[in-house]
Amino acid sequence: MLRYSLKRLASLIVSLAVASLVIFSVVEVAPGDPARFMLGINAQPDTVAALRAELGLDVPKWQRYLDWVGGMATGDFGTSYTYRTPVAQMVADRLWVSLPLALYALMLSTLIAFPAGIFAAARRGRPADAAVMGVTQLGIAIPNFWFAMMLVLIFAIKLRLFGAGGFAGWDKGAWAAMKSLTLPAVALALPQAAILARVMRSALLDVLGEDYMRTARAKGLSRRQALWRHGVRNALIPVLTIIGLQFSFLLAGSIIIEQVFYLPGLGRLVFQAISSRDLIVVESVVMLLVFAVIVVNFLVDLAYAAVDPRLRSRT
Amino acid sequence: MSRNLILGAALSSLILAAALISFVWTPYDFAAMNIPEKLQTPNARHWFGTDHFGRDMFSMIMVGARTSIAVALVAVGIGMGLGVPLGLAAAARKGSWLDEVIMRGNDLVFAFPSLVIAILITAVYGAGAINAIIAIGIFNIPVFARITRGAALSLWEREFIMAARVAGKSDARISVEHILPNVVNLLIVQGTIQFSLGILAEAGLSYVGLGAQPPTPSWGRMLADAQTMVSFAPHLALIPGLAIIVTVLGLNLMGDGLRDWLDPRIRAARA
Repeated sequence: MLRYSLKRLASLIVSLAVASLVIFSVVEVAPGDPARFMLGINAQPDTVAALRAELGLDVPKWQRYLDWVGGMATGDFGTSYTYRTPVAQMVADRLWVSLPLALYALMLSTLIAFPAGIFAAARRGRPADAAVMGVTQLGIAIPNFWFAMMLVLIFAIKLRLFGAGGFAGWDKGAWAAMKSLTLPAVALALPQAAILARVMRSALLDVLGEDYMRTARAKGLSRRQALWRHGVRNALIPVLTIIGLQFSFLLAGSIIIEQVFYLPGLGRLVFQAISSRDLIVVESVVMLLVFAVIVVNFLVDLAYAAVDPRLRSRT
Repeated sequence: MSRNLILGAALSSLILAAALISFVWTPYDFAAMNIPEKLQTPNARHWFGTDHFGRDMFSMIMVGARTSIAVALVAVGIGMGLGVPLGLAAAARKGSWLDEVIMRGNDLVFAFPSLVIAILITAVYGAGAINAIIAIGIFNIPVFARITRGAALSLWEREFIMAARVAGKSDARISVEHILPNVVNLLIVQGTIQFSLGILAEAGLSYVGLGAQPPTPSWGRMLADAQTMVSFAPHLALIPGLAIIVTVLGLNLMGDGLRDWLDPRIRAARA
């Protein structure tokens, strides 16, 4: 297990290094000098040069890359070109919106998908199964931002149960904050729940054909007992991977959903930074998102290996 | 053929037909503004109503179908065009450094949240259909590389490949002449799925203003325009959304149906 973990850790570090290099180069070769952009087209050359020096843009690119990566490793994300505040602080503020939103959505998606998938698998081939599968097929086809608009139309504009957008802030109390995240979380969760329910169903159907399920029934367990004690537990392994993968979809999806609900999260931060050419903010936020995804996948792999010893021998 | 396949093909053809017909005919000029007739709900003159500039929604949906299909199709083309050769090469040189590099590269691209990077690319290099195509296309490459490699690996163990080797054919020739024809079914099914994901991704990008630029109509931007008017003109949001859903649903059903239909094992089991 230790050897496997170390091997995975090494590939994690390589992935992060390559990812940071890719992000840095994509952003750096972009046309448009931030200093020139901030000062406008009529700026004097020496003013631009002074600002470039102040922003640290005058040092060679490779040195800037090393400074950036080294800084991030120690929690220093640099200073925003536009706001002159530490990027780490800006990101931390926004994270208090985006992370709870992603987790909230993940929780909802799991709470919907598990019962739906188990229900469908237990009634395989019957009308109830067909109905669940039909609904999930539809759920996958619905763009989450459109679904979000429909939720606003119904629950905010017609029924007036929720606000149409904006974030109450955690200082107004957890209840108010969670309430303003509820519609966005539902919009994010539904398409993911549809996918997860289908995975849960097919994983369970695979397991139901196993010999140990027949053994469980033979030793006197009812269908329901066998399903829950042996079936669901074994089906969880593929389901866990998908949940790990969904984390990245939820992070990406939340960027668009934040636009629908005017939520002050990481997504809006990225869009603002892009339009003001605040490159350091763009780089750092994108790197943070990629970091989160790579680390979550790493943890899922480890959890996998811990549950199933056969996987450790394979790399 | 299953019901899924027929229903999926019917829905997909409907959208494809709308896109093709839009080249020669639309009820109105999709870009023509007609302020006196603005914000009409669906009626006999304007089947899907009109938007805030009085433009005919039906015409815009038809031309928007063109945009969606073009972006998603080319993105799938990029994914297949680069991914399939990479997958074939990795399988032919299984276990070599080439295989290792291709597969590690795949893992890396998979690790990026695709939409985040698509947003990064389109935002840094400018919004537009071409950059949207590239951004979506890049993430199709590892999908096709992986699926091709996986299928090709098991084929390399088969006797008819051994026979081709004995006959003196090179690995490259075997890959093209014997492996490729045997993975085509799989690629068609995956292509359909990626096509539907591409439609969704294009809609998302143009919704945040990073897809096709005005005056080219796109379903995603129609939704963005509709957002502030959803309280008094919900049809502006409903109709483009339904167009996306019909397209994606049709393609997914078709993909599922094709998989069942093209997979001889499932067909045999059903018969």
